[in-house]
Amino acid sequence: MSASGQAAAPPPVTVGAEARALSRQRPRLGDLTFRALVSGSGALIVAIFLAIGIFILDEAWPAISHYGIGSFLSGSRWAPSEAALNLEGKNPYGILQFVYGTVLTSAIALLLAVPIAVGLALYITEIAPSLIRRPLAYVIDILASVPSVVYGFWGIFALIPAVKPVANDLSDWLHSIPVVGPIFAGPFFGPSYFVAALVLAIMVLPIVTAICREVFAVAPLAEKEAALALGATRWEMIKLAILKRSRVGIFGAAILGLGRAFGETIAVTMVIGNSVLGITTSIFGQGATMPSVIANEFTEATEPFHLDSLFVVALCLLVVSLIVNTAGKLIISRVGTRIA
Amino acid sequence: MAQLASDIAGGSLAGRHRKNRLMSWLLTALMAGVVAILVWVLAYVALKGYSALNWTFLTDTPPGNPSDPGGGFANGIVGSLIIVGIATVIAVPVGIGAAIYLSEYGGDRFAGLVRFLTDVTLGIPTIVVGAFVYAVWVLNFGFSGYAGGLAMAVVMVPLIVRASEEMLRLVPNDLREASLAMGVTRARTTLSVVLPAATSGLITGVMLAVARAMGETAPLLLTTLGNDLYMESDPNHRMSTLSLQIFGSATAGFPDALARAWAGALTLVAMVLILYVAARLIGRRNTAKA
Repeated sequence: MSASGQAAAPPPVTVGAEARALSRQRPRLGDLTFRALVSGSGALIVAIFLAIGIFILDEAWPAISHYGIGSFLSGSRWAPSEAALNLEGKNPYGILQFVYGTVLTSAIALLLAVPIAVGLALYITEIAPSLIRRPLAYVIDILASVPSVVYGFWGIFALIPAVKPVANDLSDWLHSIPVVGPIFAGPFFGPSYFVAALVLAIMVLPIVTAICREVFAVAPLAEKEAALALGATRWEMIKLAILKRSRVGIFGAAILGLGRAFGETIAVTMVIGNSVLGITTSIFGQGATMPSVIANEFTEATEPFHLDSLFVVALCLLVVSLIVNTAGKLIISRVGTRIA
Repeated sequence: MAQLASDIAGGSLAGRHRKNRLMSWLLTALMAGVVAILVWVLAYVALKGYSALNWTFLTDTPPGNPSDPGGGFANGIVGSLIIVGIATVIAVPVGIGAAIYLSEYGGDRFAGLVRFLTDVTLGIPTIVVGAFVYAVWVLNFGFSGYAGGLAMAVVMVPLIVRASEEMLRLVPNDLREASLAMGVTRARTTLSVVLPAATSGLITGVMLAVARAMGETAPLLLTTLGNDLYMESDPNHRMSTLSLQIFGSATAGFPDALARAWAGALTLVAMVLILYVAARLIGRRNTAKA
């Protein structure tokens, strides 16, 4: 559960050539059966992956072929009730505001979480007494094991009241400033992009911390010792021998955290306000994300092309998650091989 | 290194030490802050939940009218156990099988593909997994506990593969070679030598995956739908789970429903944390042995 972004895949276990030569020349039936079974399990994973893509695309297809994929991505108004009024009219299922909500909340979450995660990882790997390093890592992992629905519930009743005065002050101070003002425009009712982003930041913190720890762990000991031997303080050693060479790795960790934030559903659904009718510029405004609209409307989707359009949203989410996770994984594995 | 030395040389010694102390203090404060957030979450749930938790909560179903007091989430607890049980029965053989393939047989490009797709599938949002199972299963057979179990299995498999492959790789190669040298087949070696040596690690991985599935809500919303009316123990029908009941009651807005939701949240967190701690304890025994 800790780190999903492990460094480069390790080489397979190889058994010595002598041992292989000594082993039975003609494979037995049982041996072949076992091999077929475990290879089949591997193949099943490939099949599941392909099936997810095919089935989601298949369900989304009626809406895509009726309205055209471009009309989904260019509209920012989601009004299912208008679909029945004029079937041949303009696409009422614009999804741009969901993309916006997803990107905005994830971006704020990462802006908050990545620096904190880097700090935590540095503390655990370099500063904490060695006796409490492992327990601290477990404690951070516990943050990841708290269920999403519990974070959402806590967000509504504990986080929102705590954030309210701060958010209101912020919007009072900043709302009249040009350019920046609209971003912080009030009033702050509670459920908002901002609160969703805060909850997301807490939820992605453990995974980003875990990957950063792995990235910092591959910094060569010789360079750390060299820095200290040259008279560097501990912080200077961290800056020179660890942080400087870990930039790419931290970036990879952030991308994998982004992958996690994009897909988070229930906690966000509970604190974002679920306004589907357009883009709100203020971070204190209410909105929706791609996962939250699916969770909210899926089982009540009765309008024409309503369910199909939710599958279009799921398809977008799937494509985005594939791109983001593949990119993060490639970056992290490059770091692993480059440093090792 | 020359550049390193010149980097260090800047600034007065006292200033450099002050900065060092400041940064150490800052990082310590950061860690304390994050631990405080964790304590805030857990303590808040514990306090709210404890005052609402009672025996009927664990033995009764919710009242027919959600605004009424009393009742409990017994059907959700049973539903969670059944659905996660179904998922575990499906996911453990597939996950450990694939992990065996990757660590014992997989040196070729197909293994690379399987490993890559495992990681990618791990990153697929669980709500998309729910939509997938809806398309495959629910459209044909309706909302049911089996559909929920299937969705949870898809969530669990990549988690189990990742953890199990890592554990199998920790088994020393000498053991495999010793077994093969005695003329034991590859399959027997894996089953009688490698798997027993990795057992506690495998159990840890499975338990962490179970803990994760226990707390999932999003895919269940699309597959089992929930059922607050009565105790349902037949997975052929739509069922409730603890997570679904918390979600439903937390957003319903009635004070008595909220009380039940807090009790449910405490129950769920306790179940997940017990699994988590037990998994870590078993895992620690494994590393101590190796």
